[in-house]
Amino acid sequence: MRRLIFAQDLLMRFVPATAADRVVPPTGYTAMLTTATAAAMAFLAVFALALSLAAGRVADRWSDALTRGATIRISAPAEQVAAQTQAVMAILKSTPGVLDARAFSVDETKALLQPWFGPDLPVDSLPLPQLIEIRESDGGGFDPEALRLRLTAEAPGAVLDDHLRWRRPLAQAAERLRLLGLMSLALIGAVTAAMITLAAQAALAANGQVLRVLRLIGARDSYIARAFVRRYTLRALGGAAAGTVLGMIALAFLPAASEEGGFLSGVGFTGLDWLWPLAIPPLAALVGFGATRRAALRVLRDGA
Amino acid sequence: MIELEGVSQSYGGGELLSGISLRLAPGSFHFLTGPSGAGKTTMLKLCYADLLPTSGRVTLFGQDVRDLSRDGVAEARRRIGVVHQDCQFLDHLSLAENIGLPLTVAGREAGVADLKDLLGWVGLAAQARSLPPSLSGGERQRAALARAIITSPDVILADEPTGNLDWDMSLKLLTLLAELNRMGKTILIATHDLNLIRAAKSQVQARVLRIKDRRLQLAGADL
Repeated sequence: MRRLIFAQDLLMRFVPATAADRVVPPTGYTAMLTTATAAAMAFLAVFALALSLAAGRVADRWSDALTRGATIRISAPAEQVAAQTQAVMAILKSTPGVLDARAFSVDETKALLQPWFGPDLPVDSLPLPQLIEIRESDGGGFDPEALRLRLTAEAPGAVLDDHLRWRRPLAQAAERLRLLGLMSLALIGAVTAAMITLAAQAALAANGQVLRVLRLIGARDSYIARAFVRRYTLRALGGAAAGTVLGMIALAFLPAASEEGGFLSGVGFTGLDWLWPLAIPPLAALVGFGATRRAALRVLRDGA
Repeated sequence: MIELEGVSQSYGGGELLSGISLRLAPGSFHFLTGPSGAGKTTMLKLCYADLLPTSGRVTLFGQDVRDLSRDGVAEARRRIGVVHQDCQFLDHLSLAENIGLPLTVAGREAGVADLKDLLGWVGLAAQARSLPPSLSGGERQRAALARAIITSPDVILADEPTGNLDWDMSLKLLTLLAELNRMGKTILIATHDLNLIRAAKSQVQARVLRIKDRRLQLAGADL
């Protein structure tokens, strides 16, 4: 709290008070509440932002890195595997959208299985399916349904796995998560605006006599509004700056976000993403400015 | 300057003022009198656009008040100095700052020398740094007068400006208003103090208006 007030003081000194500010009596306690709420909201906003960025990264990874690949698995009686593999390779060669295809050797298959079953698995005695890895060309790739039809006709043991089956729900979930994060950000912005409006409204109501006197001696609405607007803009800015810094520090102490890491370790910022949260304090100030100005002009029009 | 044409003002169904016509010409000096509750304050409020007439027309500096925007009203009020009956100040600012406030809100600098002269004249030099709540009723009234004239307005409206003043101070205030009138300012004073009006007769060419039975009459002759 003390640090918060200090930040507030610093800001107030940095932006010198004008004559218009002096006409509104200073407020202590409610001012602190505004600053503290702005700080809390900014803290939350940092996390919502980190969440949406991480979800976005995951969604991108799942829908991008895996789009390019597909696998064909051939499970057939041992004597037919070679023939079907050849047939499949021939089909793939004439399939538009396939960049190249490569049949896994036995050793490669063994290497794939090793992490799951250990090195001592007698692979040779097992009826392992033959795997064929397909790389798609950049321009849209192949049509999986057409390929599947041809495979059923010419190599009945071949099953095409274009990764879409399990990739799509994951990418969708990540996409939703990103949307949720963005919605949270919007909500945080709206709550901040509502809170500042309430605080400004209370201050305006408490200063009814000041507003009236100022109007009677010829002050324009904009002049009177300025005093309130400046205060609440600075409070929102100061509070949000403190909250953002705290949120960023908290995130920095989470396990590092990385492209390869799983989703949970990925909540955080990588590289230039660290610049995003810096937009929170100016945005909070903007919200404070708009909310207070609207409230002040409305009160002035209705009342004094 | 300020013109009322067939103005009526009603409060909650009852008519307080009816068919009032008045023209405050530049450099004129008017007293407005009548029993309390007759509508003197209401009439002054019509003159600085704090109230809009129920019917009729109020013109400030050639503009119908109904056509004035809120900024337009603010501009007009900068040319009208008002001494309010219940002189309100900003209680957190010093007396000097309060008196200079009309200049401050108009974006003009209050000259320190002018402010000092003015404070000295209304006998508040010693209280320049005091906060308004610590002042007596008479001091507040003098401060209100100082605040009303600091912008050197074209028109000065005063609502019972001597209500809390002793006779000497009342005369002093009257002399100041007469002086301002000689400088070409238009003055309208609402008061029920007939002695003040009589005292004024020797200093200025004043006309006396009286509100009676909701209507405005020219008194003059019977004083």
